[in-house]
Amino acid sequence: MLYTKNFNGKDDAEMALFIQQVLNGIMLGSIYSLVALGLTLEYGILHIPNFAHGALYMAGAYLTFLLATQMGFNYWLAMMLAMIALAAIGVLVERLVYRPLIKESPLNSFIAAIGLIFIFVDGALHIFGPDFKRFPPVHYEAFQVMGLTITLQRIIIITVTILLIILLQLFIKKTTIGATIEATAQDREGALLMGISVNRVRMIVFALGTGLASIAAALISPIHLVYPGMGGPVILKAFVIIILGGMGSIPGAIIGGFILGLVESLSGGYISTAYNEVFSFGVLVTVLAIRPTGLFGAK
Amino acid sequence: MRQTKFSNFISRNLAYIIFIIVVATIPFFVSSRFYMHILIMCGIWGIAAASMNLIMGYTGQVNLAHGAFFGIGAYSTGLLMLKLGINFWLALIMACSITVAIGFFIGLLAFRTKGSYYAIGTMCFNVIVTVIIENWEGLTEGVRGLLGIPRPTPIPFPFGKEINFTTMTANYYLVFSFLILTLLIIRRIVNSMIGRSFLAVRGNEELAESLGINTLFTKLQSFLISVFFAGLSGGLYASYIGFLSPEISDYHVTFEILIYCLIGGLGTMAGPIIGAFSLTVISELLHGMAFPRLVAYGFLLIIIVIFLRGGIMGGVHLLAANLFLKARK
Repeated sequence: MLYTKNFNGKDDAEMALFIQQVLNGIMLGSIYSLVALGLTLEYGILHIPNFAHGALYMAGAYLTFLLATQMGFNYWLAMMLAMIALAAIGVLVERLVYRPLIKESPLNSFIAAIGLIFIFVDGALHIFGPDFKRFPPVHYEAFQVMGLTITLQRIIIITVTILLIILLQLFIKKTTIGATIEATAQDREGALLMGISVNRVRMIVFALGTGLASIAAALISPIHLVYPGMGGPVILKAFVIIILGGMGSIPGAIIGGFILGLVESLSGGYISTAYNEVFSFGVLVTVLAIRPTGLFGAK
Repeated sequence: MRQTKFSNFISRNLAYIIFIIVVATIPFFVSSRFYMHILIMCGIWGIAAASMNLIMGYTGQVNLAHGAFFGIGAYSTGLLMLKLGINFWLALIMACSITVAIGFFIGLLAFRTKGSYYAIGTMCFNVIVTVIIENWEGLTEGVRGLLGIPRPTPIPFPFGKEINFTTMTANYYLVFSFLILTLLIIRRIVNSMIGRSFLAVRGNEELAESLGINTLFTKLQSFLISVFFAGLSGGLYASYIGFLSPEISDYHVTFEILIYCLIGGLGTMAGPIIGAFSLTVISELLHGMAFPRLVAYGFLLIIIVIFLRGGIMGGVHLLAANLFLKARK
């Protein structure tokens, strides 16, 4: 009798740990999905391997942090303002750096993106210093549900992500501007022939992409820390996700994001956190070895 | 007859002969240890850049795992010398073989993909290698790094003398003889039938395949040769610097080598060397200053990509073509 009780108790604790890890994975997956969504639009539709996406994500985190701590804005207001500012920076980057390379091979854009990373990351390092910035606690309330601890911030992250995904889907499917983006994705020349301004599509895609990245950064920074190199691991994972899901595929980016988040948190919880990059990139390498164009990519 | 053959040889290899003479005489004019150090670093990065040029410039495959292979070569050399006490020369050869062996498996997997997928895939391999080096503490000492790697073993010489590598000048000659050897081998490869098949794959992979070139084999060939030299430069770095940390295999190293190639001009023999030399000098000289070096690098990269696409060598070719046209008028 005693044995079974003990056994059950251990089982429950393990179950709780498992669910906790899954929840963590979903939270991480939300952030990855948001970053990957912007990247899949830029890469899949415009064929710009915008490696600087992670640097812009970092800029979004710093801007939100500064607005919230130095200017004393409310967390949500800071997030909104940072998003608008980053969308503007994204448009600027597209106009100044990627537009002149429009007819070149993607490799050139890739190199320009590396240049942008150097400018943003090293710039941040010089302006803000290398130390980790801790966000003042917002939404730190925790709930106890069936032996699980869930903080409000995590619930906010997941809810906001789901809302944004629904909004993005509505924007692309229901509005004319969204339709122009989808048309460009399907057939660039066809879209041009229909009188769609590809330059405008590029502008909107960049504004959307960097805006989403900025929101993702603002959402996660109260949990993780803010530092100049924070974009690096995230952008690598975002690239893994869009390749995992297939280039330019929006459902691919979302599902890929959640897969990666779950792989990372489960492998971290049960095997080792030190090798978390090995596991997530291992998934990619395995998928590519079996299906070289990703899960949802065209054959 | 003999005379013309000789003068032909001279005129075809003029650039190399001048380069060798300049390289051989520099130590007679430069005595400062600091400048010698910069020159040695130029040579090491020159080998790395030249090897990346083979796969990227001549075969057109954006291999972003190069830093990892540099790191694997460096760590293999260091570990073989430190932990097993193997002689430097044997360790260097073994390290290059290890790098090629690892490269073979990575290449087989990575070449299932093409274009951007290939670029990102190889970059993932780079990250995986760095993470493994960082965490496999039993072997690599992890983030503490590998300390006290000995300098190259002296070469015994008849009559009881030996060449030892304690002085900067000796190390300089060591690195530069490897650099020149690398350049000559790569040049020989590029000008051979194998090199032609590399160029064919770069130009149009489907077309090359339809002409009967086994593209997977060709790409793998180019990849493994390039990886071999990356390992070589890593090995030289390990024994010259004497200290290794996991950052040496980081993808930032890949980017750094990539920038050397791009600024000098991809797909030319001289380009990567010019790029590696000029940027190593600039960055070493800027080291002491409180100046955001990477920010300047970033602007430089963007400007070059937008305005000077062929790098320095591309600009030189353009200038030469212009002068030629003017002269004809």
